[in-house]
Amino acid sequence: MAETKAPAQRPLSPHLFIYKPTLTMTMSIVHRITGAGLYFGTLLLAWWLIAAASSPNAYAGIGSFMSSFFGRLILFGYTWALMHHMLGGIRHLIWDTGRGFGPHEREWLTVASLVGSISLTVIIWIVGYLFMGGPR
Amino acid sequence: MAEDMSTPLKHVRGFGAAKSGTGHFWRQRLTAVANVPLTIAFVLIVVALLGRNHAAVVQILGSPLIAVIMLLFIMSVTTHMRIGMQVIIEDYVHDEGRKLILLMANTFFAIAVGLASAFAILMLSFKV
Repeated sequence: MAETKAPAQRPLSPHLFIYKPTLTMTMSIVHRITGAGLYFGTLLLAWWLIAAASSPNAYAGIGSFMSSFFGRLILFGYTWALMHHMLGGIRHLIWDTGRGFGPHEREWLTVASLVGSISLTVIIWIVGYLFMGGPR
Repeated sequence: MAEDMSTPLKHVRGFGAAKSGTGHFWRQRLTAVANVPLTIAFVLIVVALLGRNHAAVVQILGSPLIAVIMLLFIMSVTTHMRIGMQVIIEDYVHDEGRKLILLMANTFFAIAVGLASAFAILMLSFKV
């Protein structure tokens, strides 16, 4: 009998690094990274809500952290990750219907989600600063 | 069974499907669709609360409409992120023991964050 007990050494499909990086590939990776970032970012949401429910002092505590440079940096990144993951998700939902897979369309959708996420982030922060007085 | 020539597939045949079917895929899409309007509402709520004092924040977050939107947002987002992180773990962690521990930790984290956030919203609502 032929020896077949060990799994045959079959060729593996080439991994990511063999391909020339493309925008859609990069955005696919970024979608996952922003998703993971948002995952841990929910700790901030829970902290904010618990602080609000606890006491004015606790609320002032998270307020002073969030208005520090580091806090604003995290919030800015969080805003962008949220917008980018949302628009990237809409792009995936469009793809789920079988539309938007043409070479031109898929590039356009990907560029649109990137430009859209950056624009929305900047708009949200401008609105935040101008009309609401900014995070204090 | 040194003479066993069967592939691993043979050993799982006959046990049927894993019985989870398309549930994961569907829940991911369902919560993704729900997350779009809920996220927009969440961002608007947060921007509207910037710079306000604690009493005003408690008043607004605890009002019925805002509280319900926040609760829906928390429910949908924590479900979406739990099954999303599950896929990431399954993709990159191949050691069976470590994978099981991480999958459990993932579920604990998502439920703990979701419950803590929802509890805070309810506290704010019933304080008002």
